[in-house]
Amino acid sequence: MDSNLKREIIIDNVENPFHKGLENKDDFIKANTHNESCIDNIDLYVKIENEKIVDAYFEGEACAITTSATSIMLKNIIGKTKEEARDIMREYYKMIEEEEFNNLKLGELNAYQDISKQPSRKKCATLPFQTLEKTLIISDMEIKDKN
Amino acid sequence: MQREDFPMLNKDIIYFDNGATTFKPKEVINGVLDYYTNYTSNAHRGDYDLSQKVDYLYESTREVVQKFINAESSKEIIFTSGTTMSLNMIVSSFMRYYLAKGDEVLITKSEHASNVLPWLELEREKGIVVKYIPLDKDYKVTLENIQKVVTSKTKVISLAYVTNVIGDIRPIKEISKFAHSKDILMVVDGAQSVPHLKTDVIGDDIDFLAFSGHKMLGPTGVGVLYAKEKYLKVMKPLLYGGGMNSRFESDKKVEYKDLPLRLEAGTQNIAGVLGLREAILYLEKIGIDKIHKHEVELKKYLLKKLETIDNIEIYNKQSETGIVVFNIKNIFSEDTSRYLNHYKICVRAGNHCTKMLKDELGVKNTCRISFYLYNTKEEIDKLIAILKDNKRIYEVIL
Ligand SMILES: Cc1ncc(COP(=O)(O)O)c(C=O)c1O
Repeated sequence: MDSNLKREIIIDNVENPFHKGLENKDDFIKANTHNESCIDNIDLYVKIENEKIVDAYFEGEACAITTSATSIMLKNIIGKTKEEARDIMREYYKMIEEEEFNNLKLGELNAYQDISKQPSRKKCATLPFQTLEKTLIISDMEIKDKN
Repeated sequence: MQREDFPMLNKDIIYFDNGATTFKPKEVINGVLDYYTNYTSNAHRGDYDLSQKVDYLYESTREVVQKFINAESSKEIIFTSGTTMSLNMIVSSFMRYYLAKGDEVLITKSEHASNVLPWLELEREKGIVVKYIPLDKDYKVTLENIQKVVTSKTKVISLAYVTNVIGDIRPIKEISKFAHSKDILMVVDGAQSVPHLKTDVIGDDIDFLAFSGHKMLGPTGVGVLYAKEKYLKVMKPLLYGGGMNSRFESDKKVEYKDLPLRLEAGTQNIAGVLGLREAILYLEKIGIDKIHKHEVELKKYLLKKLETIDNIEIYNKQSETGIVVFNIKNIFSEDTSRYLNHYKICVRAGNHCTKMLKDELGVKNTCRISFYLYNTKEEIDKLIAILKDNKRIYEVIL
């Protein structure tokens, strides 16, 4: 991906974020992450049925990197099983940490390939997935409780 | 004004974050250096020349501070690590014993965390009640609004003289006159006022005042607690140990020293105090009134220029200090500060430790510009040129 295309993808998701704002929050699992180093504040809402993420939204204020990464993450995980979402997460973290990764699994998330060059922004880029993981853990525990 | 005195100004950066901390003039840096290079020793201890010199400088700095804020006596000046420690001492070492369950303390939603959290802790611990004075449409505190919330249980009003986001100057003299007519104590957070406005604790009849050295050209880690002597006399030490006792015996009889040493246990930040001395002398040489006038002029100039950019929102046009808070419409404040940082312009983004202000402002995060004596119109012109070009923001930061 060339850097202009990366930037275009990010800007497009800042200006037209996907699934931002949710009216009826029934049946959604909510998690929030405060990024210690800055002031991003995102609420993530995830609806899980039979181990599958059937819908997800976000709300809140955050910097361009966090907002766009959340938007793109949601596009990528809706309709996936929890395991598939975690698989995407693992590849994404590998990319952020400059390890070998499978770019075919990441779609538009490849736009953050160069973020490791700006260490202070890594946190912003991983914030959405950290928050997603929180919702998945809540879901895991709910299932355990039922069994 | 005296830009050549500040080594940090040689670094080709534009520093607009003086509300957070300020640059130091050579005089202050040399004052600290001189102590470490030429006469290091402890105060109040030795019987040799070095220590006597330090002792003299340390103790006479109390007088420098006393004159600077127009206190009655140098015994009323206690050195601390800064505003936060001073406010915590007021709450933990005095108010904890002075206030009873149900007593009310008035603050506002635009106070800094350091003038909120100690009170909230005491509320939890002792069942005092912390109440918010409503702010007017310009986020100001008026005597009228205070009168609305004062009850027979109100015992303390605790306010910043100048707030660190809006930068409004509170009518402290008028408020303390009213407060004292009702036997209410007046606590003032002077972190943003003492560096920029003439302080007069007698004229304003302030009972307690807290401020920091580092926001007024001084070193970090040193600040001041001022209180009227009658209150300091009954204040419990926060720390016990060396330097504050006059005797103790194996039979456990203990005697403590008089003010001010009773409230300064342990070896103090001597280098910091000596640096603070130089800072105050420097400010006095230039003149606080002149500094304030300069900052207000810069603010007017900046506002006029900002109005020529159509997608800038300003939240505190009316306040009469050198603070401007703004956002570029639809841009997150931190993205704006990153954009400016790219051009070596330092501004602060975020909630500025006043997390409750969002209820009043309607926005959580803003960019803050805060001036000091060394800022110039040329620096503002550079800022404006870059802000005008803000459609390029993502191109620059992404
Ligand atoms: C109004 C106000 N109060 C208190 C403080 C805390 O000062 P310090 O961090 O020096 O203790 C600040 C500093 O940001 C402030 O602006």
